Amino acid sequence: MENEILIGADADPDAEQYLTFILADEEYGVDILRVQEIKGWDSVTPIPNTPGYIKGVINLRGTIVPIIDLRQRFSMDKVEYGPMTVVIVLKIESNDRDRIMGIVVDAVSDVYDVSGEEMKPAPDFGNVVNVEFVKGLATVSEKMLIILDIDHLLSGDELAATDGLAG
Amino acid sequence: MSIDMRQFHQTFFEESFEGLDIMETELLNLDVGATDIDVINTIFRAAHSIKGGSGTFGFNNVAEFTHVAETLLDEMRDGTRAVTQNAVSILLKSVDIIRGMLTALRDDGEMDAAQVAEVKAELDALLGSDSIETDHSSNETAGAAATSSGWKIKFTPHAEMLRTGNDPVRMLRALAELGELDVKADISKLPGFSELNPEDSFLSWDLTLSGEISEADVREVFEWVDDECDLDITALAAEAKAVSTESPASNTEHTAEPAGTDKAPATRSAKTAKAGETTSIRVDIDKVDEIINLVGELVITQSMLGQMGSDFEETQVIDTNKLEKLREGLGQLERNTRELQESVMRIRMLPISFVFSRMPRLIHDLSSKLDKKVDLVISGEQTELDKTVMEKIGDPMVHLVRNALDHGLESPEQRVAAGKPETGTVNLNAYHQGGNIVIEISDDGAGLNRKKIQTKAIERGVIGPDDHLSDEMIQDMIFHPGFSTADQVSDVSGRGVGMDVVRKNIKALGGNVEVKSEEGIGSQFTIRLPLTLAILDGQLVRVGDDTYVFPLISIIESIQVKTEQVNAVAGKAELYKLRNEYIPIIRAHRVFGMPEENKDLAGRLMVVVEGDGHRAGVIVDDLLAQQQVVIKSLETNYRRIEGLSGATILGDGTVALILDIAGLISMFREGNYDSPPPSPKKPDVSAVNSEAA
Repeated sequence: MENEILIGADADPDAEQYLTFILADEEYGVDILRVQEIKGWDSVTPIPNTPGYIKGVINLRGTIVPIIDLRQRFSMDKVEYGPMTVVIVLKIESNDRDRIMGIVVDAVSDVYDVSGEEMKPAPDFGNVVNVEFVKGLATVSEKMLIILDIDHLLSGDELAATDGLAG
Repeated sequence: MSIDMRQFHQTFFEESFEGLDIMETELLNLDVGATDIDVINTIFRAAHSIKGGSGTFGFNNVAEFTHVAETLLDEMRDGTRAVTQNAVSILLKSVDIIRGMLTALRDDGEMDAAQVAEVKAELDALLGSDSIETDHSSNETAGAAATSSGWKIKFTPHAEMLRTGNDPVRMLRALAELGELDVKADISKLPGFSELNPEDSFLSWDLTLSGEISEADVREVFEWVDDECDLDITALAAEAKAVSTESPASNTEHTAEPAGTDKAPATRSAKTAKAGETTSIRVDIDKVDEIINLVGELVITQSMLGQMGSDFEETQVIDTNKLEKLREGLGQLERNTRELQESVMRIRMLPISFVFSRMPRLIHDLSSKLDKKVDLVISGEQTELDKTVMEKIGDPMVHLVRNALDHGLESPEQRVAAGKPETGTVNLNAYHQGGNIVIEISDDGAGLNRKKIQTKAIERGVIGPDDHLSDEMIQDMIFHPGFSTADQVSDVSGRGVGMDVVRKNIKALGGNVEVKSEEGIGSQFTIRLPLTLAILDGQLVRVGDDTYVFPLISIIESIQVKTEQVNAVAGKAELYKLRNEYIPIIRAHRVFGMPEENKDLAGRLMVVVEGDGHRAGVIVDDLLAQQQVVIKSLETNYRRIEGLSGATILGDGTVALILDIAGLISMFREGNYDSPPPSPKKPDVSAVNSEAA
């Protein structure tokens, strides 16, 4: 009981927890409340005529879930999937409804508390970098985290452009 | 006692809509002139339930409106009012108004008040005009004791009355609306706090109601709780002495009580959750019992298999005898599973009468509007189909029936001139055929006018001036957007929109519609639909490393390619000569953007498919099993993909994609697959990586 109170008093009430993962030696974070589960990479069923970063779909306990390669989404170099390669299953909100999607990342890293004031808005990179997917930057133990805006990340153009078709 | 009334709203709306449907159907059954007391009673009961329910939930406008309609019905029931055409059509209009009001309440929408007032005025006019005197006499005959200057009522609810959802306070309030009400509560039966069961009612009331009120009106207030309370109603004149002695003292104290327990209005005003979104289904109890039985069997099979498993574990020996038993057990499990699946699917099945029952009203309204005489003959209304399919087939059917009346059937004069009976016939029929439901809508009208269609077809350049118009072309024409042969555009039909929508909707359900017509004799539309949208008979095929599912219904045959039958056109497109027909060859690998190792077609497998009226041969690597697959949507978490209708999960847990044959063929025809998949549009994203570091 006492312990809990101490922890409660210690923690910054504004802090949010972020799950971080590694992508090409960079550390990225997503809101931990959006993480449904983390699973190892397994084969997927490819969907024809979709962008290359859509690896395909998997069966997640009876639901068909699309899997996105985040490296390819960010147009980074491809790497071979290894034993550390994981799929983070996320709940995203786009066009007023929830979707479940998986992202393939190099490895899962850690969970950090990031308070509101620690989070800095992403600087304007001009035309060089698209900050569409970046919610902000945070420094935790001298390391920089890139906090992702996952709703935007996955709904960016792919879904927005095609929801019209589906609807 | 505050019960959240909202939880009952959904049920109330459902029951009310059902009641309205009953009213509508029965009103149409009502023969003008002859008074069928059973029919009128049924209508009256439905109206009465709606009135009672809406009063309870505080939908007073509905209650008031229904009350007027009910008064009219009451007079019909007593025989003091003849059943006239006019009365029936006003009652039908009232049904529409009540339905509109309830829909508005359910969806938090607005009901057109002017419309309500208009119909209400019609009702009032009808009630007032010729029945003021009959009205009075009817009351006199109905309520034997007639009116009195007041009533003394001893109202003692039984202990369990509150549990049935009845609130004495509501009744007291209803009485107070009738006249001046004096309330005296008898709290003598109230037990001590420790013995008090909060769900029981311990109070009784002595009520004095003064004013010119008929006994029937007073009794009506208590109608719902007739058998849940002791009621003693006496005319005030006889009791005058007693009243004067006891009422004044207790008056103030107890009139306050209804206000205190008055919790209903608060909940009532709270915003109703949008009820329209959740849909529910009423299931025949037999179907549920069947499932429970099957689940029971499944449990037995499971324990039998479990037993066997531990047997194997203990002995560590597998003798053939036991293996045989295991196989038996697994066979049983399979049987159980299949039966259970079928039963569960049957829950969603409803008789098509749900759709058919809308038609008599439509015919009734339209025939008077169009001055045509029509008999509607319905058969096969017990044929069952999936609820989702049912919901979506309603509108196309209404459209087809409307067309049959407007375009198909001739006016009585024309019919007589053509030597046909004056009254036309529209037939609705439904039956099962294979895994499909077939719905036929036929009329004995003029049929499609070949000449007119031909003129139109020439006008539109579909055929040359001298070409013969095949039946196929006729179908193509009438289902074409913007096509109409009606001489005059009416508000019923003739704008040329509709038939294409009808076909589109039916296609969207995985069905098709055909028309057969003979000039001067009539036309028949045949709709063919799958029984359910959730399960599909599929043919599994292998393309490259992946498994795809072809809907079995779209496969015509599967053949081995003979090279001499393959013809190249313009060096690119490939055609296959299948008997007397040339069909395009679709290489699945190319459409799916997969590398094709063996480019040679000789000896390859080709699945001949048909979708949307076009045939094609799809080259696949292997034919695998045929099985029923459960359709899962790709849209739930991703989006629609052209050429695919969904996905399914195979026995080994992997996902297989289900082809949409029509989509695949149109993709092929448009050459869509040739374009490379859209590459990520923003290559600059990559810079996040380096810049951010």
